Amino acid sequence: MIALTVNGQPRTLDADPDMPLLWALRELLQLTGTKYGCGVALCGACTVHLDGAPVRACIVPVSAAAGRRVTTIEGLAPASDHPVQQAWVAAQVPQCGYCQPGQIMSAAALLARRPRPTDTDIDEAMGGNICRCGTYQRIRKAIHLAAAIQRGEKPGGTR
Amino acid sequence: MSAARRITRRALLKGGMVLGAGLVVGFELPRRVGRAGAQGTKVFAPNQWLRIDVDGLVTIVNSVPEMGQGTSTAMAMIVADELDADLARVRVEQAPADPARYANPVTGAQSYGGSRGIRDHLEMWRKAGAAAREMLKQAAAQEWGEPLESVETELGAVVHTPTGRRLPYGQLAEKAQQLPVPQNPTLKTPEQFRYIGKDVERLDIPAKVSGQAVFGLDVQVPGMLVATIQKCPVLGGTVRSFDASLAKAVRGVRDVVQVSSGVAVVADTFWAARKGRQALRVTWNEGPLAQLTSAQISREYAALARQPGQIARSEGDVAKTLAAAGRTLEAVYQVPYLHHATMEPMNCTAHVTVDACTVWAPTQNPGGSQAIAATLTGLPVGQVSVHTMLLGGGFGRRGEVDFVIDAVETSKAVGAPVKVVWTREDDMQHGFYRPATYNVLRAALDERGLPSAWFHRIVGPGIVVQKGSAPPGTIDRTAVEGARNMPYDIPNLQVEWVNKDSGVPVGFWRSVGASQNAYVVEGFVDELAAAAGRDPVEYRQALLGKSPRLAGVLELAARQAAWGTPLPRGRARGVAVAASYESYAAEVAEVSVAPDGAVRVHRVVCAIDCGFAIDPDQVRAQMEGAVVYGLTAALHGRITIERGRVVQSNFGDYPMLRIGEMPLVEVHILESGEKPGGIGQPGVPPLAPAVCNAIFALTGKRIRELPIARTALRA
Repeated sequence: MIALTVNGQPRTLDADPDMPLLWALRELLQLTGTKYGCGVALCGACTVHLDGAPVRACIVPVSAAAGRRVTTIEGLAPASDHPVQQAWVAAQVPQCGYCQPGQIMSAAALLARRPRPTDTDIDEAMGGNICRCGTYQRIRKAIHLAAAIQRGEKPGGTR
Repeated sequence: MSAARRITRRALLKGGMVLGAGLVVGFELPRRVGRAGAQGTKVFAPNQWLRIDVDGLVTIVNSVPEMGQGTSTAMAMIVADELDADLARVRVEQAPADPARYANPVTGAQSYGGSRGIRDHLEMWRKAGAAAREMLKQAAAQEWGEPLESVETELGAVVHTPTGRRLPYGQLAEKAQQLPVPQNPTLKTPEQFRYIGKDVERLDIPAKVSGQAVFGLDVQVPGMLVATIQKCPVLGGTVRSFDASLAKAVRGVRDVVQVSSGVAVVADTFWAARKGRQALRVTWNEGPLAQLTSAQISREYAALARQPGQIARSEGDVAKTLAAAGRTLEAVYQVPYLHHATMEPMNCTAHVTVDACTVWAPTQNPGGSQAIAATLTGLPVGQVSVHTMLLGGGFGRRGEVDFVIDAVETSKAVGAPVKVVWTREDDMQHGFYRPATYNVLRAALDERGLPSAWFHRIVGPGIVVQKGSAPPGTIDRTAVEGARNMPYDIPNLQVEWVNKDSGVPVGFWRSVGASQNAYVVEGFVDELAAAAGRDPVEYRQALLGKSPRLAGVLELAARQAAWGTPLPRGRARGVAVAASYESYAAEVAEVSVAPDGAVRVHRVVCAIDCGFAIDPDQVRAQMEGAVVYGLTAALHGRITIERGRVVQSNFGDYPMLRIGEMPLVEVHILESGEKPGGIGQPGVPPLAPAVCNAIFALTGKRIRELPIARTALRA
């Protein structure tokens, strides 16, 4: 049995220790907001926070998360109103939307670290997240907007 | 921001996308009870596109799968606008597979591609909303005993204009349901539109940022098992035999069954299925493609390019003009196979029982999914339900039904609901690839430098012919689109197609034939301009007399890009135009090339005439996305075949454009006021040639093969 904390809740999983955290979240906890895209940490669709740091859940064995805190898109903010999520709506970022939970988790981790990210910071922090619909321009805009919301310089919740 | 956008945003916090069975009676038929009766009589359901319950909740049933293109929002905007309903109180439901009620009225199929969502359905959806509005007005007039002329609607209610009395739609539902459905209702005039033509927030976005959106891969069904299928690594190969003993010993594996595409390992979880698959031993009949290589395909193309093809278009006398001309040019252009690479790998869930089959599929083709499931199970079509889930990208790949076949066959074999999950490697190596082609171009220039003759011979497969949807010997429209209808006014012109199908499965890839033919045509016409010593924009304008809408977007893009003005040292601009899917696009790319030959695209200025733009922000979004799709292919895209196998397997060897390579994209909409054209695809074709033409302007090197080879551009 593997014990860990997921979105603030203590959870105990009867999982194969080498099962990737991605599949444990999706199939054992029904947290399907975290997506499977490549299985080898090349696309970022499965990005979650492990003790606050962004990781690719598809290559983290669930046993490596034992005793640690996992945050998924479902637990990023209680009302799904994290500044990044607000900015994503305001900038109308998603198209198909499949990669966006991973994009949002990477962006939220960036903003936790750098409240005022430059375009270079964004390229570095977001370079591991592929969007096949091509929403990168809006992602960049939304991250700057989220940073402003987080700093209280722009109102959240509305455009 | 517009009021429309603010209103919609509130709506979304409550509602968003829901899934469920639709209902009701055909729009073109007189009102009858039918399945609407099952909903109770207290629902106003004048046609298959909408219903209003007594509480005033408006449900709009969208038939077009949502793959990111935004049609689920645009469709609701259109119906709500004509209905005069508050989009904030609208719920959007995805239509079931039921071609009798939901087929595209133009194609007759409940299958979606070709950027047809808006352009084929607009009139029908407007009428659906307008008919309901007329019935609600009539119901209110009867209720009050007032003349019909004295009532109007006002966002979800009917108002008696002289007295200001008001009845919300919900309170009129029962009465309206008793009225006949008008077949030719009066439509709004454009100045009356509340949502159409405005930037409206997408209805699907809140669920997509909260993680609640349910894609095909997220489907959960009680008792569901998960399967992964080992397919033959050689395209077209089949199972000879397999040994499942080790696979079945893996914890969580429930069964191992042969299906038509390979061997399915069925387990409690994907991880268990995958481990089981690793333990599986399969021997294959590799089939006729076992020795096929990309090098061989290229050699065969080059040989066939010396032989005449089927004539797709012929005007004047090209051979004679070329022979007599003082000045001629010739070039060969080649493009590779390309993969769609949707972010969500292929998957499907099915539950087959003795008397029913239910399919949950992220599909562009609900009708085809239903039909194939009926064939595979032997059930009547009416006993097959298809739930169209959100698609994590489509781009043409999800019009195929191979993943549906996988799920239906596996569920049938094990007698339980099964979700079949493809790995990324399965997805990349078992696709339907954009055809590789080889093109011979010849032109003669007159004394002004303008082309007096144009010859284009295409060698490659035809998608429609390969699929058996057009008889061999016909000219496959997908092979010649963008070439046969090239827009330039040239007196002697011939376009030929040599059908060479190497057996690699081919499919519809975002913008289909135009994706390669616009690259070829726009590259070669740029060569002609250079040979004539003329400006690429001015040269094209001189030849676009018969295509005023392309001339219009070319002018707009050139102006917005400040064509002809100086750029920083080391940068240059290139231009291209293309008409596809009843829309017209021009793009100007601004590029630089590093000493190691790496191409950097800094800025792309797009001009698009898609007729009347239903939601301008979604037009911009689709153009931005099309630039990325086209640029990914131009810089990185190549599928190669070795010993019958697709070499590339994941994003490491089939790279995608990433945020650090993203150019600044500007989109300018030319409001022609024409009938709406498509918007999902038309931004793709001009991108590669615009970039390659900019590279020529900068370096003097012509890029006649994609993807752009860095080695060719090293300083």
